[in-house]
Amino acid sequence: MSARFPFSRLAAAATLALSLAAAPALAAEVTLLNVSYDPTREFYVEFNKAFAAKLATDNPGTTLTVRQSHGGSGKQARSVIDGLEADVVTLALAYDIDAIAARGLLAADWQKRLPDNAAPYTSTIVFLVRKGNPKGIKDWNDLIKPGIKVVTPNPKTSGGARWNYLAAWGYALKHNGGDEAKAKAFVAALFKNAPVLDTGARGSTVTFVERGIGDVLIAWENEAYLSINELGPDKFDIITPSLSILAEPPVAVVDKVVDKHGTRKVAEDYLKYLYSPEGQEIAAKHYYRPRDPAIAAKYKDKFAPVELFTIDQVFGGWAKAQKTHFSDGGVFDQIYSN
Amino acid sequence: MSALEPAALAQPLASDGPPTLTKQARAQNGHRPARTEPAAVRIALTLIALAFLGLFIGLPLLLVFVEAFKRGAAAYVAALSDPDALAAIRLTLLVAAISVTANVIFGLVASWAIAKFEFAGKSLLITLIDLPFSVSPVVAGLIYVLLFGSQGLLAAPLQAWDIKIIFALPGIVLATIFVTFPFVARELIPLMQEQGTAEEEAAISLGASGLSTFFRVTLPNVKWALLYGVLLCNARAMGEFGAVSVVSGHVRGLTNTMPLHIEILYNEYQFGASFAVASLLALLALVTLIAKTVLESRLAEEEPR
Amino acid sequence: MATATASRLTFRKPSVIPGFGLTFGLTLTWLCLIVLLPLSALFLKTSELSFDRLLVIMSNARTLHALQISFGLSLAAAAINLVFGGLVVWVLVRYDFPFKRVVDAIIDIPFALPTAVAGIALTTLYAENGWIGSLLAPLGIQVSFTPLGILVALVFIGLPFVVRTVQPVLADLDAELEDAAASLGATRGQTIWRVVLPSIWPALLTGFAMAFARAVGEYGSVIFIAGNLPGVSEIAPLLIVIRLEEFRYADATAIASVMLLASFVLLFIINRLQHWAESRGGRER
Repeated sequence: MSARFPFSRLAAAATLALSLAAAPALAAEVTLLNVSYDPTREFYVEFNKAFAAKLATDNPGTTLTVRQSHGGSGKQARSVIDGLEADVVTLALAYDIDAIAARGLLAADWQKRLPDNAAPYTSTIVFLVRKGNPKGIKDWNDLIKPGIKVVTPNPKTSGGARWNYLAAWGYALKHNGGDEAKAKAFVAALFKNAPVLDTGARGSTVTFVERGIGDVLIAWENEAYLSINELGPDKFDIITPSLSILAEPPVAVVDKVVDKHGTRKVAEDYLKYLYSPEGQEIAAKHYYRPRDPAIAAKYKDKFAPVELFTIDQVFGGWAKAQKTHFSDGGVFDQIYSN
Repeated sequence: MSALEPAALAQPLASDGPPTLTKQARAQNGHRPARTEPAAVRIALTLIALAFLGLFIGLPLLLVFVEAFKRGAAAYVAALSDPDALAAIRLTLLVAAISVTANVIFGLVASWAIAKFEFAGKSLLITLIDLPFSVSPVVAGLIYVLLFGSQGLLAAPLQAWDIKIIFALPGIVLATIFVTFPFVARELIPLMQEQGTAEEEAAISLGASGLSTFFRVTLPNVKWALLYGVLLCNARAMGEFGAVSVVSGHVRGLTNTMPLHIEILYNEYQFGASFAVASLLALLALVTLIAKTVLESRLAEEEPR
Repeated sequence: MATATASRLTFRKPSVIPGFGLTFGLTLTWLCLIVLLPLSALFLKTSELSFDRLLVIMSNARTLHALQISFGLSLAAAAINLVFGGLVVWVLVRYDFPFKRVVDAIIDIPFALPTAVAGIALTTLYAENGWIGSLLAPLGIQVSFTPLGILVALVFIGLPFVVRTVQPVLADLDAELEDAAASLGATRGQTIWRVVLPSIWPALLTGFAMAFARAVGEYGSVIFIAGNLPGVSEIAPLLIVIRLEEFRYADATAIASVMLLASFVLLFIINRLQHWAESRGGRER
């Protein structure tokens, strides 16, 4: 170790340090926390592996650990608000991420930062019925018939259940010429047929599948397929209604957290990878409808065609829907107070 | 008329409090016709009691084990050796160890102050110690979020020092200490009250220091109640779900305790694995409870008094 | 143990035993840190609400119903445990039968089993396709997903409290009294009614109150089996969780505070009752 070129050594060291500082997230070991909702577990397990492998090939020497936290969408949002340091959130509905943004953890325009309303994959609401469809359930109006038992989670605690509720409302509105009072009566009749309101989507599936309660389960499309695959293809059928809602589960980087952890670059790449053909393919495999037209075409047979409406078209966005239907004394409470 | 004996002073059988009575009562059990019921009544009552216990405790317990082994022993072992399951087991043991230690120290200190002295407001103090017992687990978790959460009362100083309480080990430990708070103390207080202060006063007047009085006189007198309290406290600490669920954040392999891991597996439709982990907790509880009963009866036999 | 009335005038009765200041101080400090300070956060948050708003929240039909379900069913469950728990204690203390120690040990299972596991196990048992539910279904009785299911869960979690409170008292009961009663010509029924029951009554009452207090706040085991229909089978702790998930912390804390106050009053009554029983017993001895 002679002192012959002290300055060049110093310069080299400084350059190295600078380059490291410029990309601190890509140095050696990186950990991301993805706070998500219930039905995405299996999808993100596979996606995390794919992304970690890609990151390791693009940046040799980098190992990525993605930690997962799953639960009801509202509960997860609340945890992030209360200090769970999520680098990225991948929740069931935009309203929950809006709530996080309202506390200043990420920019209010987060939904504009990624394509397609920041929802890289979509889903819709379908029916799961017992094999052979003994009650002959074909569409939403079959669910309000007397004697039909409908299983759905509680819209107050479950993001998925809110999509269920809004899909039913949208159908009723369309078939009653936009009459809100009739739509309300329709949804009230539907919930009158619900013997159980579980707190989460997974709880409802277990009630329907394992406990044998109910004639029809209103569920996420991906959940319906997953439960058929996991719990018995010979026991259930999936019925796609004539009209349903385009469910857009959004994703976002939590600015405050990634800046603190120095993980912004990786976190952003992680979410962008969801939009890549590889990410879209994994999503499609797990029964999320891909956005990418090429991948969508490839998996066309997997998803039944259904007429879809968006929450913006019928309800004027999440904030408004939430306020009208699910707030205290809102339409849902009125249904249950009578 | 001692109709109102210090009846509410609960204490384990093995304690050598007021001597002889327990053993005497036991020895006489069933020997004097005046002291028991006709055989038919005895059998009927026993059967009713056993049926009730079987229905409410036996069956659920049995179900846990049946479901756990439904998919075979290999699946059972696989469920328990999964890295996330191991992490959950480690975390649960760590949390239980810290919480039990904290509550033992508190229980001994508090019962000394309460049982050995007479002071105003004692009922109030005991009630406050009992309070966590009747607080809903959900509320127990919530109060720590209100205090330490990033919208909470102490958010600013915690953020300034970058101290993480909730969604990390300290929060889980705090919530667990809270829900198990009264268990050691409430086992010790009644017993120490019943034993009175005579022995300690004698030791002190013979020149023993306060500390050696405690270790030589008081502690041996209450060791079985203490053990019982520790077992209860430990069982509850390992099994707590509601409160921990609120403060854990559910990060797999990091902040998931065994009960939370059970819930996660259940929600992943891995019912077998979920019941496997549950059966491990149930087994742990069973073994400690049976060990406790055996120890107690051994002690009762050993002591000639 | 006799308490002189004069001692109530000073804070503490003098004693030769050392360590009061230290242990009392430590007890208070730890109590404040772990219990009182966090609980005060609850009331602080609730105090953000105006009194009118508080009234609106508490008089809301759904809130009232949830409280009614929680308190009503807890009372019923505690009453069932009082009767059957008392019977179990009697059998355990007075009779001999095979595997008595094992039976004695499993009494604590509801206490040690995680509440979520209890909830899942009970739901599996009592669902229409479960071991017990399938027997009850032909009779038209549905347990899971009805208030009856909540009752089952609350009986389950409350049982150890009655048994463990009464058991030592009955075991320590002076046998001479029963002998005396019998030799004076009392029938067995009279002896139990007039001698045994009055002696264990305070313990029974304490166990009852503990089982009740525990049941009111129970969450984990109930939500699986309850069905959670607003106004039918929705318990107060679940309503607290629902309010939280709507990001309405103050509403949640308001309900929590009311429940907490109720528990506190209840526990205080129990402890006064015990104290009273002790001092009366002490004086008459």
